[in-house]
Amino acid sequence: MSNSFRTTNSTGLINKDKKINFTFNGTIYHGYEGDTLASALIANGVHLVGRSFKYHRPRGFLGVGVEEPNAMVQLHDGNKSEPNIIATEVELVEGLKAKSQNCWPSVQFDIGEINNVLNRFFPAGFYYKTFMWPKSFWMKIYEPFIRKAAGMGKAPLLPDPDRYEHNYEHCDVLVVGSGPSGLASALAAAKNGARVILAEDKPNFGGSLLTDEVTIGNMSGKEWASDTISQLKSMPNVILKKRSQVFGYYDHNMTVMIERVSDHIENPSKYTPRQRLHYIRAGEVIVSTGSIERPISFGNNDRPGIVLASAAKEYMKVYETLVGKKPIIFTNNDTAYSTALEFIKNDIEPIIVDTRDSSNGELVKEVQQKGISIKFNSGIADTKGHLKINSAIIGKLDSSKESFILEETVECDCICMSGGWTPTVHLSSQAGNKLKFNDDIDAFVPDKKRQKETAIGAANGSFTLNQSLAEGFQVGFDLSNKFTDQNNPTNSPNSNEPSYEKHEKLWCMPLPSGKKPKRFIDFQNDVAVSDVELAIREGFRSIEHVKRYTTLGMAGDQGKTSNLNGLQYVSKIEKKIVPEVGHTTFRPPYTPVTIGAIVGREVGNHYLPTRKSPIHTWHEENNAVFVAAGLWQRPRYYPRGSEDMNTAVNREAANVRKNVGICDVTTLGKIDIKGPDAPEFLNRVYTNAWLKLPVGKARYGVMLREDGMVFDDGTTSRLSENHFHMTTTTAQAANVLSHLEYYLQVVWPDLDVNVLSTTEQWSGIAVAGPKSRDLLSKLFPDVDMSNEGLPFMGLVDSSIDGIKARIYRISFSGELAYEVNVESNYGLYMWKKIMEVGQSFDIQPYGTEALSTLRIEMGHVAGAELDGRTIPFDVGLNSMVSQKKDFIGKRSLSKDAFTESDRQTIVGLVPLDKKTKIPEGSHIIEDNSAVAPIPKLGHVSSSCWSVEYNNPFSIAIIKDGKNKIGKNLYAVSPLKDISIPVEVVSSHYVDPEGSRVRS
Amino acid sequence: MLEIKCPYCGKRSQNEFSYGGDATIKRPQLGEEISTEDWDNFVYYRDNPRGKHSELWHHVSGCRQWFKVSRDTATHEIFDTCKMNEDFNV
Repeated sequence: MSNSFRTTNSTGLINKDKKINFTFNGTIYHGYEGDTLASALIANGVHLVGRSFKYHRPRGFLGVGVEEPNAMVQLHDGNKSEPNIIATEVELVEGLKAKSQNCWPSVQFDIGEINNVLNRFFPAGFYYKTFMWPKSFWMKIYEPFIRKAAGMGKAPLLPDPDRYEHNYEHCDVLVVGSGPSGLASALAAAKNGARVILAEDKPNFGGSLLTDEVTIGNMSGKEWASDTISQLKSMPNVILKKRSQVFGYYDHNMTVMIERVSDHIENPSKYTPRQRLHYIRAGEVIVSTGSIERPISFGNNDRPGIVLASAAKEYMKVYETLVGKKPIIFTNNDTAYSTALEFIKNDIEPIIVDTRDSSNGELVKEVQQKGISIKFNSGIADTKGHLKINSAIIGKLDSSKESFILEETVECDCICMSGGWTPTVHLSSQAGNKLKFNDDIDAFVPDKKRQKETAIGAANGSFTLNQSLAEGFQVGFDLSNKFTDQNNPTNSPNSNEPSYEKHEKLWCMPLPSGKKPKRFIDFQNDVAVSDVELAIREGFRSIEHVKRYTTLGMAGDQGKTSNLNGLQYVSKIEKKIVPEVGHTTFRPPYTPVTIGAIVGREVGNHYLPTRKSPIHTWHEENNAVFVAAGLWQRPRYYPRGSEDMNTAVNREAANVRKNVGICDVTTLGKIDIKGPDAPEFLNRVYTNAWLKLPVGKARYGVMLREDGMVFDDGTTSRLSENHFHMTTTTAQAANVLSHLEYYLQVVWPDLDVNVLSTTEQWSGIAVAGPKSRDLLSKLFPDVDMSNEGLPFMGLVDSSIDGIKARIYRISFSGELAYEVNVESNYGLYMWKKIMEVGQSFDIQPYGTEALSTLRIEMGHVAGAELDGRTIPFDVGLNSMVSQKKDFIGKRSLSKDAFTESDRQTIVGLVPLDKKTKIPEGSHIIEDNSAVAPIPKLGHVSSSCWSVEYNNPFSIAIIKDGKNKIGKNLYAVSPLKDISIPVEVVSSHYVDPEGSRVRS
Repeated sequence: MLEIKCPYCGKRSQNEFSYGGDATIKRPQLGEEISTEDWDNFVYYRDNPRGKHSELWHHVSGCRQWFKVSRDTATHEIFDTCKMNEDFNV
């Protein structure tokens, strides 16, 4: 039955000269260039594509585009596999592989279909009531079972091999949708000189003009569309984008569009992205997104072969494909008659069922003139056919249209239904437009706009061609006039289309006599009329609650075909008019978007920028293991041979204590501060005094936030009277700069000070250890490195090989230490130079782990202690707080809670067994045998292996710490089931007098 | 994503800026005697109006200037932006 459902005409948009082979559920089929997966399957007589979400009912195609709720498939294999793809949106490409999802073992025979028989156990909200007892069953039995049964496609486990790109665009006017109104507005705006982007989801521009029998000017609608597109193509101020869906409308007219760049290309070139995400900031957005046909609810209205009438027409007209050869057209309005006429053109006589008593519309008359009789005042009560519809029960409606009086069974292979049209208002609603209900068309249309967004054409409820074109030309001109001064309007051409009579307000058929078949409203989430009735019976009134309880409209299709029918039904039971029931909110994305496209190129190494010090290559060559410090890559340790981390770290740290070590501290934040008020500014920023710092001296400083918490610390040195060099921690560098700028620009603009980040201009190299003086004296023979020549906290400028160097005598390790700063470009040179000279002093590089070990032993605080919850008193920095002057955050320190003597303060901990390392984050408790809840005294902030004493040592912050020194407590880590008896000691574990730094 | 007009650079996307809170808060003078209540009001308490709000933004990935923005917190409409030493026109 290869392509036996093709029409014989060739007026569509497929190319029957080019065959394309594809596989569906293991069977090889062929279609033609221009087909979608959906049209090619239908042409091959395949309607059964999947199983429904909850009941596993056999499902086929309902629609022809984005509205499709049923036909979701899994595409491709392996790392290219992609779940939940709508078959109507997939263009056929050679070798395409697709399979049904949510069925096992096969779509024809699905075990899960037992849910359909057991459906009384799965009513709306079943998960709130059916699987509640016993409680312990939920996690282990019910939830995994429901998850498995209700699954959709399978997400691939392998990384996505495809390339996705992001693009940023600006335009005056963005037109979304290229139907008659969209084309008209784009043409009018472009001719008036505005920069226009026209976006169309489908592979062809034209929208309804591709399927409607209309004339514009002296051309057919289809010809006019292609003529307009060629005009637009020739204009330099226009960007035309097909296969491009604007799916999100965000604040300040930021819209996001997904372009399917190469999904339809057999072998795209290596650097062609698969999809491209466009961020378009538009001056004005014209929403010409058209409308979507509504289904009708009737018994078993979800069988494969039951489609929207407009979809059946598009399959015939665009894809030269018949959805069936024995059709029933079922409608409450005139538009479905154009589908009937299309069947007639293909020598197929449809049976027409119309809920209305009569209609004098032009199309209705034309059908009647062809000798087709119409069953007015009738409806479909039920259908039969397990995997594909084979017959329908057609009933005569009684006068109230609340029940059927006569029922007959009619054979058929498809039903084309039409419940009228719903404007596609999603984007307007996303933009914040307050929708209003239009009683004439029984649907919501955009009303009060919040952003620069204008809906036109069918999206605005203007269903006639004349109106759509007029609105398009007018709005396109008016909006473009805001951006140009050409004042060049384009007149709307004359157009001709059939006239339509009004639809009937009937979207749900009565039940057939003596039976209760399911009448579906939301196909994708398996929500039937009975579920909505149940929700209301159980007391859910707000439409938002009904939606959540029944899940109506909450599936991936966002209720494109179901929302209004649901509302309509609620309003009927509640006897309220629809605007009183209200509508739920539309949210982006309008259609599903591949995660890869959202991520774009920000994958792998490009996820975040990487900052490397100028010395990075040396670290790499010398076997460094790196660790991320913010964006920076820092050497963590340099293992030798088969050393593990602990061995390497202990060796590096011990070598600093014994000989001399070298550490790359380029990542420290550096801020240049200049101006006559610079000393005064520092005096306000830091807790200690700065006015009298001599030129050529550095000082350690602590800065607070206004709430009194320690914000950052570091050394700042005075280079000249009005020139300072501030250093910050690596982590807070950016925040400190913003903080300084805030106070200079917002709070004290009278201060004459400039600040500038110089982090990347300087490369910093710490040289620490008892032999550091000898090493540097050898390297800089001109500099007097003695205590008198360069005392602790002193600095001096020097140079070697013509390279200027600034040498600070500062120490983080607690040893005699220096920091050599050179211009970044010379960082590597200087590092190598120090290494070279250092060989005779047993120099070794040390990484961040050894750096931590050295500072923890000394009781120097770092980020783990300055965690935003500690004031200077808590971390032993009270001596840094000036009593004489005011500074940022000072007033907070005198608040009651901050002056309590038993605050949690910094101490040291040593395990009693001198062996067990205390995990960072452990809780400190007094009584190990107490029953929970046990009062917590504090926590362990930093831990290391003390290389000085060869046992573990930790810093902790505990209640009334000073008075706990000498006591035995417990460090417990419930997660690791560890309880370690510890002795509290001073946090200054090594060299508490600080004599080494001054030696 | 908002579009914010930096008074120095012009219109830029929100991702170049960082938010800096209520622009009407005045820091107490240095050395000023101040009650705990007044200090707490300065440090912690902020109005959270629905509607027009004067706020600070920092052009952190741009000119690094702090400036004032008058924005509707409900609709995100930006009425005006100005430099720190200027007043809003709207």
